[in-house]
Amino acid sequence: MVRVRLSALAAACTGLVGLALALIFFVAPTDADQGFSQRIFYFHVPIALTSYACFGWGAWKALRYLRTRDERADLESYVAIHQGVIFGALTLLTGSIWAKASWGVWWSWSENQLVLFLVLFLFYCAYFMLRFSVEPGPARANMSAVYALFGVVLIPVSFLAIRLSQKFIHPVVFTSHGPQMTGSQFFVFCVSFAALLTLFATLYQVELAGKRLDAHVRELRELLT
Amino acid sequence: MTYVSDVTALARKDLLLELRAKETLPSMLLFVIAALTIFHFALPHGTSHQAALGLLWAALIFTALLGLTRAFVAEREQGMFDALVLAPCDRSAIWLGKTLAVLAFLVAAEVVALPAFAAFFSGVDGRTVAAVALADVGIATVGTLFGAMAVAGRARELLLPLLFLPMAIPIVIGGVGGYLWFLVLYDAIFAVLSWAAFEYVIAEV
Repeated sequence: MVRVRLSALAAACTGLVGLALALIFFVAPTDADQGFSQRIFYFHVPIALTSYACFGWGAWKALRYLRTRDERADLESYVAIHQGVIFGALTLLTGSIWAKASWGVWWSWSENQLVLFLVLFLFYCAYFMLRFSVEPGPARANMSAVYALFGVVLIPVSFLAIRLSQKFIHPVVFTSHGPQMTGSQFFVFCVSFAALLTLFATLYQVELAGKRLDAHVRELRELLT
Repeated sequence: MTYVSDVTALARKDLLLELRAKETLPSMLLFVIAALTIFHFALPHGTSHQAALGLLWAALIFTALLGLTRAFVAEREQGMFDALVLAPCDRSAIWLGKTLAVLAFLVAAEVVALPAFAAFFSGVDGRTVAAVALADVGIATVGTLFGAMAVAGRARELLLPLLFLPMAIPIVIGGVGGYLWFLVLYDAIFAVLSWAAFEYVIAEV
């Protein structure tokens, strides 16, 4: 059952990512102002949003762990945050490339989202330090869960702080008046976002299956010796 | 009323320990004065007040880290966590007692650090003092919780700065900019969260 679900998910992921790539490079209109380089928007923003989704999912699983003491929730929270850090690193990378292409610098402190991701990246990297320096067990699971919950609260607080601290040159696409895009741009963006969310779901399930298999093998080995 | 008396008893214990052993506060004071001296030589001549103020915040955060690293060492080394967890008191009282003690250390360190800063660099205005006081509350609440986490790890002195510094970034932004309302918001959010979460951090240690 797990195998079938995983294969279906992987197939859907391949299809969606392929479709998204085709749409981004052949269908999406070229930006009048920034030209070809603007197409990285269809990667950068969905990757960033997916990363938030990962952290949110990880925190939700952490909350579930604290309420139910279910060890599976602890592992799921860890795997989601692991994926979130990978997507977060990709956000920093694509953001940097875009910043170089459109503003001529690799790093801009006045770009709110980029700075926020740096803060979150530092915060969630420390999550791994915490996890790997405490012995496995309920104490570690509790601490990881509490830390993951602090993370989702830190996201809006840091966002507010960073916004307070600097002038605003990052292009704002999503305003209170809805997305500032044409119809075809918005469609490509949605497909790309869906593709990346499916990619996250697939990677999450693969890593989870691997980790569970690992734990199972370890149990069996302990039984044998 | 028992909650309040538990908290005061625990805070009093920490302050008494410090009064007798004098381990944390003197090192914090020496550290902050040494850091300000280093900053004087690190900054070029005729630096603006704004730049010096930024370094004051850096010095305060690192001084606080020094105190926070020591906060739970006695509990860990003497095996007192088990006794505290077994004691018939609400576990968040342990956090609150420790937070108050840490807060007292921070305030004591700053009573020396702020006049020293005013003497070495430029004057300190009321807004900065208020921001420092509000920042102390945030540092003590979050730092105490993370300090309790860090002592459970193998690399405890190394772990706490890694856990704490990303959380301190908003405090520094709010403090340097003088956004008092933001610091109040930060304190309120993370005080409630730390108060609620502490139970889980020490429950299984």
